[in-house]
Amino acid sequence: MNNIGFHIKKSILYIFLIGLGVVCLVPFLLMMVNATRSGVEITRSFTLIPSSHLKENWDTVFEFFDLFRGMWNSLLVAIPATLLSVYFSALTAYGLAMYKFKGNKLIFTMILVFMMIPGQLGLIGFYNLCTKLHLVNSYIPLIIPAIASPGTVFFLRQYVMSALPPALIEAARIDGAGELYSFHRIVLPIMSPALATMGIMGFIGNWNSYLTPMIILNKNDKFTLPVMMATMRASTDIQSEQGAIYLAVAISIIPILLVFCFFSKYIISSISAGSVKE
Amino acid sequence: MKKGMVIDMKKKKGMKNYDRAGYLFVLPFVVVFLIFSVYPVLRTLYLSFTNTKIAGIGNASWVWFDNYVRVVTDKFFWRALWNTVRIWGVNIVMQLGIAFLLMMVFSDIKYKMKGLGFFRVIFYLPNLIAATSVAFLFKTLLDWRYGTFNQLISEIYKLLGMSYNPIDWLGTATYAGNTIAVIQTWMWFGNSFIMLMAGVQGISKDYFEAAAIDGAGRWTVFGKITLPLIKPILLYVAITSLIGGLQMFDLPYLMSDKASASYNSVQTVVMYLYKFGFETGTTQTGYASAIAYMIFLIILTVSIIQLKLFNGKEK
Repeated sequence: MNNIGFHIKKSILYIFLIGLGVVCLVPFLLMMVNATRSGVEITRSFTLIPSSHLKENWDTVFEFFDLFRGMWNSLLVAIPATLLSVYFSALTAYGLAMYKFKGNKLIFTMILVFMMIPGQLGLIGFYNLCTKLHLVNSYIPLIIPAIASPGTVFFLRQYVMSALPPALIEAARIDGAGELYSFHRIVLPIMSPALATMGIMGFIGNWNSYLTPMIILNKNDKFTLPVMMATMRASTDIQSEQGAIYLAVAISIIPILLVFCFFSKYIISSISAGSVKE
Repeated sequence: MKKGMVIDMKKKKGMKNYDRAGYLFVLPFVVVFLIFSVYPVLRTLYLSFTNTKIAGIGNASWVWFDNYVRVVTDKFFWRALWNTVRIWGVNIVMQLGIAFLLMMVFSDIKYKMKGLGFFRVIFYLPNLIAATSVAFLFKTLLDWRYGTFNQLISEIYKLLGMSYNPIDWLGTATYAGNTIAVIQTWMWFGNSFIMLMAGVQGISKDYFEAAAIDGAGRWTVFGKITLPLIKPILLYVAITSLIGGLQMFDLPYLMSDKASASYNSVQTVVMYLYKFGFETGTTQTGYASAIAYMIFLIILTVSIIQLKLFNGKEK
């Protein structure tokens, strides 16, 4: 009797979990179905059966904007920014963890302070700086600042201190290895799991970023994907074509879904790592 | 003895040489950090004390705290802050509530639920998508007259033999803020859940085994072991969510419409900052900078209070 109650309760819990999972996925399902339906069909009734208007919607979307161009632009920003952020954060983290020099503590304190500061605090000064340097409409202000990513440095510094035995570096020194050589040949490979985690999270962040690119970029052909998507806000033509909007959203999220298919383990573990800071 | 000292000194000298290499390692970071992080923050501070209209154009003069006095007395700023806090408040209660419930389900020692890896991935999925895409997806789904969401509800009502009067989820002031809060929850509860779960999994198995030997019930285990040990993570999630929540911009900005009746109930502080900082026609750089610092001060104060509250309770 008790046993039956146990199983019923357990089943209810599973139903709850599955229900929540459905809530997470249904908007995407509706999106995919509606992307194949015409505007008229969508406004008329609800259905989960795909229709045959994918091609028309596709034409409407690409008449309005070139999403592949937006993806290409996003890649042009996100890939260099991610690589710079990972490499230089590793360099900085190792420098802070392994060497005792004047100012080390100060730099680390500044990193902690800037991790707590909300991003919009310097936004106006940042834009002001970019205007003065004639960097508006350039990708440089979206890429170069990635060299200084306080959060990534903080995470990697913890990692270096826990995963890298100092004796290893001392042994390399005795063998006559230079400091940078040891970093590239010994430290980077040891850090690679953490670098991969930070790299994937950094890439997703850069890929999805909206506010800063919107402020820096004002020419259509330079727009990254999110900025390009946002131009739908001002257009009434495309807003009357619901099928096209669904398709545009679907196309815009495919690349990140692909990334997730391959790297979901890394992504989940990096969020976990973020919360269990020693 | 002497020999030992010589070696020791050599070692020390050697170490010093190595330590100097540290500067080389942190140099690129420091340079870029000073230019693109520290300078903009200080520049914004400077601008907040001037009456700059558009930076670089026209003359600007030093006006001391005029901009700050204006922010404090600007009822539209306070309205925007209230909107932000209200949306965030509804969001965080639901987001942490669901995450907490899920954590309880998966950490229960009696039921031993399976499929954590699978559900984690599904629950996290909405968090991956760019807010711009999420905004347009839901804006279209929630369309008052032709949106799929209202059609779906209408179908369900029909099955129950009732008629449904379509609700304008984003267009009416009563619903718009809560709708955005629900979407925000949809995007973030998976993230909070993963963090809480990581905390539970970080608890040493010994505690649970010891409790099992002592014959402790599942509620005792939850209340006496799980809860106290994940409190720091709960605090961390709450603070990061607050800092993120007060900066809410993408979703409300893209899902609202200036012409709509609900606009005044969903305009957040960062949208207000954006209006004066970057929108053509309304740009007042000096004032926008003061708004930025006000938001920062508010976030700082609330974070400190949160920290104090949590630490105080522990004693």
